[in-house]
Amino acid sequence: MAASGKIQKVRLNAPIADSDIAALEIGQVVYLDGLIYTGREGVYNRVLAEGKAPPVDLKTLTNVNFHCSPAAAKDTDGSFRVGAVTATASFRFSKWLPRWFAETGCKVIIGKGGMSSSDYQSAFVPAGAIYLTTVGYGTGALLGRGIKKVEAAHWLDELGVAQAMWVLRVENFGPLLVESDLQGRSLFEENNAEVNDKIAKLYDGLKAPSLSRYGETDDKTKELI
Amino acid sequence: MIPISTVEAAAYDAMCKAAIEIPDDYLTGLKALVATEQGDLSHFVLEAMLENYEAAKADRRAMCADTGVPRYYVKSGNEAVIEGGFVAIEEALRSACARATHDVPLRPNRVHPLSRHDNNNNVGLNAPEIEYSFEPDTDWIEITTVHKGGLFGTDYRMLFPADGVDGIKRFFLDAIIAFGKRGLACQPAIIGIGLGGSKDTCMVLGKQAACLRAVGEANPDPEVAKLEAELKDLGNSVGMGAMGFVGSSMVVDCHIECGFTHTGGMPISIHAFCLSSRRATARIYANGSVQLRSEPNWFTPYMRRNEISWPQVEKSKKSA
Ligand code: SF4
Repeated sequence: MAASGKIQKVRLNAPIADSDIAALEIGQVVYLDGLIYTGREGVYNRVLAEGKAPPVDLKTLTNVNFHCSPAAAKDTDGSFRVGAVTATASFRFSKWLPRWFAETGCKVIIGKGGMSSSDYQSAFVPAGAIYLTTVGYGTGALLGRGIKKVEAAHWLDELGVAQAMWVLRVENFGPLLVESDLQGRSLFEENNAEVNDKIAKLYDGLKAPSLSRYGETDDKTKELI
Repeated sequence: MIPISTVEAAAYDAMCKAAIEIPDDYLTGLKALVATEQGDLSHFVLEAMLENYEAAKADRRAMCADTGVPRYYVKSGNEAVIEGGFVAIEEALRSACARATHDVPLRPNRVHPLSRHDNNNNVGLNAPEIEYSFEPDTDWIEITTVHKGGLFGTDYRMLFPADGVDGIKRFFLDAIIAFGKRGLACQPAIIGIGLGGSKDTCMVLGKQAACLRAVGEANPDPEVAKLEAELKDLGNSVGMGAMGFVGSSMVVDCHIECGFTHTGGMPISIHAFCLSSRRATARIYANGSVQLRSEPNWFTPYMRRNEISWPQVEKSKKSA
């Protein structure tokens, strides 16, 4: 039986202080109190490609950007009910992040699955930013519990429920795992390296396929049979 | 005659239950993996998931915010009579899907593939899908809902008879490793495999194997059941656990469904029913009473029949 009790847990306020960010180590578990906002391709595109000013001053609001579309329903009185929240896969947004960090002061990305090491080195490390990954990834009910209030839902009409910028007041919001630190180390990549060592062995003794496929090779002049 | 309002209400209740309550059979299977998981991180993730299922039930909120693509499977008794017939059933199921989307709430995930237009209720062109099967000698009707998530975890390949079980294992490993890294498939999952049929049947069988069989339920063909057990062990020995962290929790169960196929080929498909394996079934009896459960019992002996005639059908014809 593994000792998940060995894993260190920390509780931080958002916006997260630079000193708190610097102290985080990959593999630690984080719970947040304070303010976070959602933003994904819709928001990035509107601000960075179309040049629209963000609907709020993010520099003073908070430095935590959550890659997420909440399951939210509008009630008849116009208020929002957030049931569960689950992050969406972040690797798709890497091209936006260098400018996003520079223009909004964002220092912490919460998402699903992390980014590549090269993204950490080229975008995160220079900006003093880190990545927190959600857990599971299906911990939607736990994360939903941590959302105390929808402070604002910006650009709902322009971008729709899934892509809008939701400003969320959170309390004991987590668990989140520190996936990358200020040096750009990645928890996923360190685990992958360990898993990769054993992969070739799994295929030992399995006979070669009757028909290969393009995709295994990029050389379209190769015979497949 | 079963009133159509009863069908709508049962379909709505099943959809809410599926989104919120993890099925007991899945939970039992997951706990068995937790008990043997040696990887600290993988173990931590699984414990967080167990806590998440509790939170979902206690708060009556969806267990995962990505509530997948809700859909329906209808199994109708051959003698069932429903007010308005099957056209009315389809309207009732679409209405139940839209209502549950607002009330739970479920995420309105369904959009037009090109325009990305969203009706905000999980209803649209060909959505929710409704698939049918039939059951002889009975007058109930069962409505099963499945909310399968996961943009990751599905694949198809045309293998050939000479590839044999080695080819199946190679395909299985390729898919598990590709989708297991960083936990994109949100494993541990119920892995469904469609083997044989034509391409479309192969996909349908594999999906149904993942979503419509309870954990612990083996295929009645002993040869197939043996392969199911082997693949489950193979998946759990890859070295990856939850979120792709070092560990051993990859496959909660492996289900294979077969269909007779072209003599020259052996098509195969794979499907991963994730940590939020959401399904629920409502059986509606002829007297209008409704029973909710989480095991679909979709693959009945009648569904897997192998011969031209079905003995009980013959019998009931004679007695008529
Ligand atoms: S794959 Fe399943 S658990 Fe993961 S985010 Fe999608 S619905 Fe949730």
